[in-house]
Amino acid sequence: MATTAEHFQAHGDDHGHADHDHKPAFFARWFMSTNHKDIGTMYLIFAIFAGIVGGAFSGMMRLELAHPGIQYLDTFARWFGATNPDFNATLHTWNVLITAHGLIMVFFMVMPAIIGGFGNWFVPIMIGAPDMAFPRMNNISFWLTVAGFLSLMTSAFVPGGLGNGAGTGWTVYAPLSTYGSTGPAVDFGIFALHLAGAGSIMGAINFITTIFNMRAPGMTMHKMPLFVWSVLVTAFLLLLSLPVLAAAITMLLTDRNFGTTFFDPAGGGDPILYQHLFWFFGHPEVYIMILPGFGIISQIISTFSKKPVFGYLGMAYAMVAIGVVGFIVWAHHMYTTGLSVNTKMYFTAATMVIAVPTGIKIFSWIATMWGGSVEFKSPMVWAMGFIFLFTVGGVTGVVLANGGVDDVLHDTYYVVAHFHYVLSLGAVTALFAGFYYWFPKMSGRWHSELLAHIHFWVFFVGVNMIFFPMHFLGLQGMPRRYPDYAEAYAQWNSVATDGYMIMAASLVIWFINIAYAFTAGKKAEGNYWGEGATTLEWTLSSPPPFHQFETLPVIEATAHH
Amino acid sequence: MAGTKHHDYHILPPDIVPLLTTIGAFTFTSGMVLFMHDMPGGHFVPWLGLALLLASMFAWFSKIVKEAHAGDHTPVVQLHQRYGMILFIASEVMFFVGWFWAFFDFSLFPSTIAETVGGQWPPKSIEAVMDAFDLPLLNTLILLCSGTTVTWAHHALIHGDRDGLKKGLWATVLLGMLFTSIQAYEYIHAPFPFGVNTFGSAFYMATGFHGFHVIVGTIMLIVCLVRAYQGDFTPRQHFGFEAAAWYWHFVDVVWLFLFVAVYVWGGWGYPTH
Repeated sequence: MATTAEHFQAHGDDHGHADHDHKPAFFARWFMSTNHKDIGTMYLIFAIFAGIVGGAFSGMMRLELAHPGIQYLDTFARWFGATNPDFNATLHTWNVLITAHGLIMVFFMVMPAIIGGFGNWFVPIMIGAPDMAFPRMNNISFWLTVAGFLSLMTSAFVPGGLGNGAGTGWTVYAPLSTYGSTGPAVDFGIFALHLAGAGSIMGAINFITTIFNMRAPGMTMHKMPLFVWSVLVTAFLLLLSLPVLAAAITMLLTDRNFGTTFFDPAGGGDPILYQHLFWFFGHPEVYIMILPGFGIISQIISTFSKKPVFGYLGMAYAMVAIGVVGFIVWAHHMYTTGLSVNTKMYFTAATMVIAVPTGIKIFSWIATMWGGSVEFKSPMVWAMGFIFLFTVGGVTGVVLANGGVDDVLHDTYYVVAHFHYVLSLGAVTALFAGFYYWFPKMSGRWHSELLAHIHFWVFFVGVNMIFFPMHFLGLQGMPRRYPDYAEAYAQWNSVATDGYMIMAASLVIWFINIAYAFTAGKKAEGNYWGEGATTLEWTLSSPPPFHQFETLPVIEATAHH
Repeated sequence: MAGTKHHDYHILPPDIVPLLTTIGAFTFTSGMVLFMHDMPGGHFVPWLGLALLLASMFAWFSKIVKEAHAGDHTPVVQLHQRYGMILFIASEVMFFVGWFWAFFDFSLFPSTIAETVGGQWPPKSIEAVMDAFDLPLLNTLILLCSGTTVTWAHHALIHGDRDGLKKGLWATVLLGMLFTSIQAYEYIHAPFPFGVNTFGSAFYMATGFHGFHVIVGTIMLIVCLVRAYQGDFTPRQHFGFEAAAWYWHFVDVVWLFLFVAVYVWGGWGYPTH
């Protein structure tokens, strides 16, 4: 960015030296934090921890699914505190695994990492702000996320339905979540969502206020980096969708404990109402997970193509369009609930519309690389992997958007393949891209680029081995959410489990890389990616001073984004 | 802090209150699970959590008031607060959208399979509903009136008339309490119970959450009243008051929707008690 960056850099160095950088003592710094970078760091560490737990759950699932029959669930049931699980309790454990995996990965891994972590770290810096608008509220957003996680973990060890833990699926559909699971586990799960949701709403308010009010002089909305745009749209989705979930799960709570009949047909209630309310939140939620990833990818593709992103305004407003349309497509998750044909036609058409702004993004990334001086540093490789994997998931999304086709594919592994391609291979790949892009900036130390490349390729092979065969399994009719399957599905399930092992190995490489960076990694300069890296974080030292921009940077009128 | 800051933003020192608030919230929710399942501690832990939650919130808002006096609330920080409050209210609107959604689902498409509903709204088993043009209409007028008294207080404040500010706030708080009392009376004498069917569910949960918001808004206004007696607020800077007033108008508007949809339209032509 052709800002007064040089002037600012000199100024920042005057005041930003480590010895002048009065950081609070340990407890005050990490338990009482009002610093966006420290809170971002805590979010990232928390997300990694939660990701390991959620990943372990998927490992347990893949282990059970490696062969037909029930092999390990009895053992897993004992891990959750059952002393002598009967067959029902054993099978219930499967439901607990899928529920915990989904909830953890959505609410306690992807969201904390991509919004809480990278959003906190880089939104203020990219707009030239010294911190978030509400630093104290930023802190409680984080702690409420941790409290939600604790509540969810507690639920696994108390009675739910047929055994310990909440076995409702991450969607918590009634009536399985009401009179199908009478124990306290589901209530702990509901409160986990309330706590984490309250934290996310406050985070959303914080981001919107920060982005609207704290842009440095000259940083107009149309000059904001696309990552900032992506977080802005995401924050609006959170703000407007999470309260509807809060209402829905409060109805669950009163149905379960206080005798209301919102979802109980005996009292005139309607389980489908729960699905409407849930997916009115749930569909924006999936864009909440992917939009910041779009933002990260835009920064990275632009940096390593050494070009401004192609069609900046189109890219920004494509995200706005995805956000807006994302609110009016929710019932495509409910095609098999008995919607009328007209309703299905509307939701099919509306869902297809989303492919247009999404296509704008994919093609603009490609057009950014076109004719660019492309450098294959690790974040760029991850970003290109993202484009491929997300496109695969997007294309199967267009398939599933058809109400008629979905009648056949609904609740099969085809759906599982689809949403893992856009989320595990989309959002998570974007997370790793962002990680390698910004890790030296955040820590001040270099990871190994070689290990980062190896990590990518091993991960890429692993996740494709897990999820690509699921398309075949789904088309052959294998249903989701069962711990057992017919012999005919054994081959591809076995391949998928092998893929899990490869993916897990890639994470070991990642951890080794982090350990390497902190022990032997060489110090990172302020702008270690060079000329393509033009946003404001590259004008600061690595890591940035505890409080950056004590004199606000000025963005010149001619500056591009 | 490194160096001196050359901007008007508010950079805060480390603070333990957010963590304490979280511990309070977590204790409350976990205690509620114990309570709902008749487990040990169920009659004790929720209160403990609620007490910690409320105490932490009190400490938190006290700090904000102190910071305002210390001059930390520069014009741009006040703008932050305005955005924050508007966005918070926007999220609250969406919360009520959820409850209205349930209400309209049940009333526009009453269940034909549940005997208690019998394909009609209000459901067959509901013998009588409240007369919308009796106490609910009175409550509507009370809330609308309280909307004008809070505006009276606001204009008095802007014109430096502190006596008018106090009178307007007193009137608003009393009207708010009157509203809550009438709601309580209405609940006690209602011709249908909580829950049991969609009417008893949607009616009580929607109006109940509104009532809860009225109580919260009344507490906000009481805080403003106490602050007014302590000499807080200037004609130029009084966002604490404005936030309470915005919130009050918000609960007012929600009530208008509840009145028109749930009481008038939802009970149209039905026997009243």
